[in-house]
Amino acid sequence: MSDYKLEMDQRIDVEEILRDLEHYRPRRRGWIWREKADTQAAGPFRYREISKPMAGHSVGLMTAHYFDNIDPQPMPTITTEIASGRFEDDIRRMRMAAHHGADHIMVIRTAGQSHFDGLIEGTPQGIGGVPISRKQVRAQRKALDLIEDEVGRPINYHSYVSGVAGPEVAVMFAEEGVNGVHQDPQYNVIYRNINMIRSFVDACESKKLIAWAGMAQIDGAHNANATAREAWKVMPELMVQHAINAAFSAGVGLDKKSICLSTVPPTATPAPCVYMDLPYAVALRDLFSEYRMRAQMNTKYVESSTRDATVTHVLNMLISKLTSADIQSTITPDEGRNVPWHIYNIEACDTAKQTLLGLDGLMDMVELKRDGPLGEKARELKERAVLFFEEILSSGGYFNAVEQGFFVDSGFYPERNNDGICREIAGGVGAGTVFQREADYMAPVTAHYGYNNVAQYDPAAADDPASLIGGCTLERPEMIVYIDELDEEDNVNVRMAETARYRGADCRTVKPEMEWLADGTVMLNLFFPASRRVAEAAALEVARRMGLDDPEVISREIMQQAEGTRVEVKGKFCLDIDLDTLEIPEEPDVMTDEEIRADIERKPMTVVCGTVGDDEHSVGLREIIDIKHGGIEKYGIKVHYLGTSVPVEKLVNAAVEVDADAILASTIISHDDIHYRNIANIDRLAREMGVRDRLIFIAGGTQVTPELAVANGADAGFGRGTKGIHDATFLVKRRRELEAAGKWPR
Amino acid sequence: MKRADDFESRREHLRSMSDEELKTYFWQLAQQVVDPLLEYGRTHTTPSIERSVLLRMGFSSLEAKPMVEYAVTNNLIGHGVGNVVYRLAKSENLTIREAGIRLSQGRDWDKAAALFEGGAKHV
Repeated sequence: MSDYKLEMDQRIDVEEILRDLEHYRPRRRGWIWREKADTQAAGPFRYREISKPMAGHSVGLMTAHYFDNIDPQPMPTITTEIASGRFEDDIRRMRMAAHHGADHIMVIRTAGQSHFDGLIEGTPQGIGGVPISRKQVRAQRKALDLIEDEVGRPINYHSYVSGVAGPEVAVMFAEEGVNGVHQDPQYNVIYRNINMIRSFVDACESKKLIAWAGMAQIDGAHNANATAREAWKVMPELMVQHAINAAFSAGVGLDKKSICLSTVPPTATPAPCVYMDLPYAVALRDLFSEYRMRAQMNTKYVESSTRDATVTHVLNMLISKLTSADIQSTITPDEGRNVPWHIYNIEACDTAKQTLLGLDGLMDMVELKRDGPLGEKARELKERAVLFFEEILSSGGYFNAVEQGFFVDSGFYPERNNDGICREIAGGVGAGTVFQREADYMAPVTAHYGYNNVAQYDPAAADDPASLIGGCTLERPEMIVYIDELDEEDNVNVRMAETARYRGADCRTVKPEMEWLADGTVMLNLFFPASRRVAEAAALEVARRMGLDDPEVISREIMQQAEGTRVEVKGKFCLDIDLDTLEIPEEPDVMTDEEIRADIERKPMTVVCGTVGDDEHSVGLREIIDIKHGGIEKYGIKVHYLGTSVPVEKLVNAAVEVDADAILASTIISHDDIHYRNIANIDRLAREMGVRDRLIFIAGGTQVTPELAVANGADAGFGRGTKGIHDATFLVKRRRELEAAGKWPR
Repeated sequence: MKRADDFESRREHLRSMSDEELKTYFWQLAQQVVDPLLEYGRTHTTPSIERSVLLRMGFSSLEAKPMVEYAVTNNLIGHGVGNVVYRLAKSENLTIREAGIRLSQGRDWDKAAALFEGGAKHV
């Protein structure tokens, strides 16, 4: 086995992942839940519901730099779905997602895999998902082993056991160390039109394997939300679907704590969605108290606006927080317009982490009010679900109920609208392929469900059928037959050869991308003072003139019918960026604390500072100066802070009065370039007063570009992310330069 | 079926149940719905189940597929395709792998069929 490890400053080497895959063995089986942290603290804060921190590297929320760069992790497992069609590129995205807090990576299958009668082998490209094969699973699990070492937290890998090859897929997953699966025969029946008897018989075997491998299982009930015309009306049925899969799985032998209900708040704004969704969430958790909750986000009402989707998803997580979630799944906010892009997987993970952390401890302060509409509505939903079950039984059982169109009817049960999905008991894909087991039926393998007459050969083997053949692949993985590729054209090697010049440690070429390496996809965000159709056409024309191929409008929002439209466009940028000719500005250098302090001790320094213009912002500047934020005061620099909305004249006059060495001007408001005009005014005033040569002048602010600040007359400009040490370093170095030039002491 | 919402009349027998009783009843009904499905699974098999057995016995997906197809054609799937491989291996003194590869190539199905006839349940 290779000793390849990930390096933080190196992209993951996918070729290395693919090397020697034949001999790779997963390091473990089974699902791993997050554990509550022993110390509920991070930085300056006390928490109530955070999990053990990541022991390796991670990327915190944007705002973490205000708080010692802490990256606390909420309790629920966080899921992200990554399946762009090219599993090799998804590996890179999985690493990014893991760094942003995902510990459950779910791979959607390619369109049509449900009806593929057997295992897919090799690595063909997928459509709307990834063809799930042994090679692909093995490569991704191997990559996740490396990634989990890097982030210092176990990562659960997940895909689907459904379709007409469920048991085979389940065997392969058990062999390859897959940790979680979707398995719900109702999904086959209702949404994939696979014969219902075949689906349930297959599911017994699949679930037996899932139980053996300790995988977490997620059901498919959430699909009823996404299918029903008025999703909130299927709530009674959803509870019935959950219960059928839950009781069926437990009957096969799954531990109830490994059975997760895939539950989605069915409604979205502008409906009063929390009021409608909360009673359902409460009813579900009342009835299914022995099971786990996988809280999924609403996809039914996701539109092309990523902002709109994000708000829906935050409201979904409020429901999770008010009730419970063992797994918090995330839906990328671009799901409504394309197969998810890298950046939106990351946004979704951050949205989940940010929301759940923000709501930490909420239920220590807030209580659900059961007496009133919440309790009444929850009770009503439970009763409606019970009535649904009663009618399934009185109609002759599950199969008959499906045939009679009980499921995904848009009526609020017991209301029926006669628009449910009907399937024939003897119909569908795989009909007529279920066979009765003979009295001597036998299967000499582990994790086999049902009647198995092993005793006819060896009564002692009855409890260990595989012992008849000296063990099966589940005990002896060396028996697994690994198939590399079957298609000479459609495979990962061919795809990677096409993008070879964008890979590798010594690669000197980059191209923008959204889902696949060097796909060239870029997105533009535009506003036009025009109606929707005009704006869309204009946006496409802009994209074409910018040199983008295949421009396409992916979102539009009307600001006001005549006044304007916001348009988002995607297109392909076809040129390579050569890193050898790219001009990259140097990182600002910083001196050590000791060096700066020594220089200030050698010769004291005084600065005046303030926020200029009509601007009451003070946070940024205070960060730069305050000793408690690690500002320049800590080096012994004497600071005269003049406050906010300081006129530029006052700033320069004060510098003269206190005989300051430097002016630090903060300028936040950037509208119409007012910040650069303020910088130019300070420079001009200081010149008019004849003091410019004896003053060091630094301008800072979130919208300040260093080069433009200097062009407007400052000695240095500092933008977003600046710390006190950057300013202090500049002050000390600039003073040394002036000293060397004989301009200091003045 | 089209039906107006008759919840109020339908729920009459549930009205007096406590929440706990309602929950117990809900799970009793769920169990009644799934019990026959579990029993059906216990006593039946499918091509996918049999292929999954062959995978575990050390055959590839490409080898398993024709073995199950031949077993269906020869009306032997009800005995378990792994069982067919096992008996053929024993009777012909082959390894499991050797016997399976023969069956996968369409060979020896007549011998296999003979092993499952006339009550010849034991090797």
